[in-house]
Amino acid sequence: MTIVEIGLPKRLVEMTLDGESVRVPEGATILDACTAKGKSIPTLCYGDTLKPANACRVCMVEVEGSRTLVPSCSRKVEPGMVVHTDSERTQHSRKLVLELLGSATDLSTTPHVDEWMSACGADPSRFGPEAETKLQPTIVDNPLYVRDYGKCIMCYKCVDACGDQWQNSFAISVAGRGFDSRISTEFSTPLPDSACVYCGNCIEVCPTGALSFKREHDKREDGTWDESAQTQTTTVCTFCGVGCNLTLHVQDNEIVKVTSPHESTVTHGNLCIKGRFGWQHVQNR
Amino acid sequence: MDLKLLDVEPTEAERVVVDLFTGMGRDQLLPALHAVNDRVGWISQGALNHICRVLHVPPAEAYGVASFYSLFSLSERPAKITHVCVDLACQVNGAKALCDRLTDELGPAGAKSGWLRSPCLGVCEKAPAALAFEAGEVAKEQLLAPTHAGEVIAVAAAGPSHVDGERAEVPQAGSPGLRLLKRVGVVDPESLDDYRATGGYHALRTALLLGPSGVIREVSDAKLMGRGGAAFPTGRKWDATAKQPVRPHYLVCNADESEPGTFKDRLLMEGDPFAVIESMTIAGFAAGCSRGYLYLRGEYPRALHLLRNAISKARERNFLGENIMGHEGFSFDIEIRRGAGAYICGEETAIFNSIEGFRGEPRSKPPFPVEKGLFGKPTVVNNVETLVNVPVILTEGCEAYTRVGTEGSTGPKLFCLSGNVSRPGVYEVPFGTTLGELLDLAGGVPPGRELRAVLLGGAAGGFVRPDELDLPLTLEDARAAGTTLGSGVVLVLDDTADLGSFLLRIAAFFRDESCGQCVPCRIGTVRQEEALHRLVGKRPLSTSAADLQLLREVGQVMRDSSICGLGQTAWNAIESALDRLGYAEEAAK
Ligand SMILES: Cc1cc2nc3c(=O)[nH]c(=O)nc-3n(C[C@H](O)[C@H](O)[C@H](O)COP(=O)(O)O)c2cc1C
Ligand code: SF4
Ligand code: SF4
Ligand code: SF4
Ligand code: FES
Repeated sequence: MTIVEIGLPKRLVEMTLDGESVRVPEGATILDACTAKGKSIPTLCYGDTLKPANACRVCMVEVEGSRTLVPSCSRKVEPGMVVHTDSERTQHSRKLVLELLGSATDLSTTPHVDEWMSACGADPSRFGPEAETKLQPTIVDNPLYVRDYGKCIMCYKCVDACGDQWQNSFAISVAGRGFDSRISTEFSTPLPDSACVYCGNCIEVCPTGALSFKREHDKREDGTWDESAQTQTTTVCTFCGVGCNLTLHVQDNEIVKVTSPHESTVTHGNLCIKGRFGWQHVQNR
Repeated sequence: MDLKLLDVEPTEAERVVVDLFTGMGRDQLLPALHAVNDRVGWISQGALNHICRVLHVPPAEAYGVASFYSLFSLSERPAKITHVCVDLACQVNGAKALCDRLTDELGPAGAKSGWLRSPCLGVCEKAPAALAFEAGEVAKEQLLAPTHAGEVIAVAAAGPSHVDGERAEVPQAGSPGLRLLKRVGVVDPESLDDYRATGGYHALRTALLLGPSGVIREVSDAKLMGRGGAAFPTGRKWDATAKQPVRPHYLVCNADESEPGTFKDRLLMEGDPFAVIESMTIAGFAAGCSRGYLYLRGEYPRALHLLRNAISKARERNFLGENIMGHEGFSFDIEIRRGAGAYICGEETAIFNSIEGFRGEPRSKPPFPVEKGLFGKPTVVNNVETLVNVPVILTEGCEAYTRVGTEGSTGPKLFCLSGNVSRPGVYEVPFGTTLGELLDLAGGVPPGRELRAVLLGGAAGGFVRPDELDLPLTLEDARAAGTTLGSGVVLVLDDTADLGSFLLRIAAFFRDESCGQCVPCRIGTVRQEEALHRLVGKRPLSTSAADLQLLREVGQVMRDSSICGLGQTAWNAIESALDRLGYAEEAAK
């Protein structure tokens, strides 16, 4: 995010990152420090527009003096901190977290996960063919978007986006406990009977493709979804005076999904039903 | 916030109990769910909807909360339901045979047959145990312990009698020299007069004279360490909270006691409830708290009854309320919160979410509770036993107190003996007593049997071998020996115990009780159980060695990368069985 901070310049905090001395502004997270140094750390539940949920544990790093590994996405840098992002312990943790996730959920539409898995040699199949999974039928209960919770990693982002961090609709929550926990409306009622207003802000933040546009879902089903053939054009929504930015994803001269730039200082990637889904009239031919 | 509710109305009975919460807020969500469950035995869509309307909670969130707790059902079930313990101590004492009989006679566990398998009910000294519940205008609960199939079937049909009246008992009752247990089983737990006649409320008077910092000094100098499992210095916790400028401060007494094999706090609450209330009042005074919450696990009906009585009597006599004992400006009161079947709610930050009406998921630390705890305010969380040590310290003085126990582990300690042991129960001994001496006190294993292993510290603890009985029971010796005293569990296994099944139960416990928030624990506990099943059943994926390796790797990531102590310790006992008891070799055979 490139929000311009106006106020007192921040003090710098000095730390050691993989043997190198680094200075970061006070309040920065270990992940911020890594990004500044060009080190890429895998993240899944971290969202650039959301408060860290700390749930996926794929971003864990080693901090000297700490009994356990720490989540780099949320742990703030403290003066003198000595951090290792690539020690044996962190590698083991990253590999196992990815293997555990991959053994229980369908990660086929989660970006980057293949690279991360091959980088650390993760093999989710080694828990055996009888390992319990979360695979389940996709829920298609409205014309706008579908929910394929077999792909859900329980990152809490959709719940946070729908709840008090952005949308304040509170249509969905985490229900159940442990391996049985799931994202759900009350009593699993279909979305049309729930508090959902179809802003699609949950789809915007979902890191796995568990939530997707019905259009995308249908095209994937019939084998015509082709990201390489898509263009992205950012424009301004014409429906009202707020003027949210829309990014139109177009394939074969047809809008297939709409996202919104997270950098927008006004809307941070959030839209309403009109901007997100109200584009059919554009392509009435 | 505009709420969109479902188009379903409550029944008249549901409406009446929920309407009592009119004007209250989200923090009454758990009590409101209990009220409905107590009245009708399950939470219907109409009832949940009405709770949401009255407390102004979004239905999806209320559903998320209700579905978190295992004592609640969101689908219809009969008013009568019996929870049958299948956890560690009961397993060792015939729970499986009991469940087999129930399955034969009543049908498989479930809402239809009216009985459910339950994690540890906290009455391990009277295993096997069951808890019968019947919803109604006055909900009834009855503990059956020790029990047998005939009794469970009879009570399941007839319904429980009102809260059962058996007195708290400890094997050492009345022995001289007891400090924590001195009233348990001896003094009438319902009588404030009897409590005062045996020294009750002396300590609070002393505290009021010493002032908050004086009390904290005494507790710090006594080197009191938390008894809830993590052994954190209590004085330091109180001091850090007292120093926070933000107001109000809260006190939470952690009586969630759900670690399998732990029942000491129940004995204290049932046997000496006024001491718990007095101790909380002293802690509140020291740390500057105006309000205390006593978070009691949902399966302790008798403790609930006795604590309610103690609180109301203490209020009547100005031991709670405004200007306590005439001390101008010191006001403190206590609210009991009932848990609803979730071990994780004993974790010190999950307990806040549970009280506030959110899902009982642990929060990330930092910030720590002393800074931002309950309702975002500075909060002291202490275990029941920890608190009950405070009047002892103030009455005897910190110097006398430190003469009990050892240099690093001061004072008396309660241990919960259960399993294959002749006289199970809660025992009070000074820190430093050896494990062997403690076992002797409890009569050792039943005659004709041989000791196989001791599970020390609970499911989150570890095993000790028969040749390690000279282990002095102190925090430092346990640590040096690579184990932990945890919550004081001493679960004894003799040569008749089935170690494989025992380990499987530990694995199942962690899988069932994981809150599900973080990946290593949510999925790791499932993979751990699966691998253990293969090992115990001798059906390896490829080789037993490969399954052992898998277990170790999963264990390591749970320990390293889980958010809270549950996931971090979910592998401890199993690891120690593999390495310390040699189960790895046995399994690989
Ligand atoms: C999963 C889990 C469950 C816990 N359950 C309890 C409990 O039931 N009672 C308790 O006193 N402490 C429990 N604890 C420990 C608490 O987090 C906390 O350390 C303790 O209440 C602090 O009190 P103390 O300092 O007096 O021991 C639990 C910890 C974890 C990780
Ligand atoms: S579309 Fe909007 S309102 Fe509906 S669940 Fe997603 S975030 Fe909530
Ligand atoms: S649906 Fe997507 S955003 Fe929501 S918890 Fe699952 S993976 Fe995360
Ligand atoms: S370790 Fe387990 S219980 Fe603790 S937060 Fe993670 S999932 Fe929940
Ligand atoms: S990205 Fe840090 S815990 Fe998920």
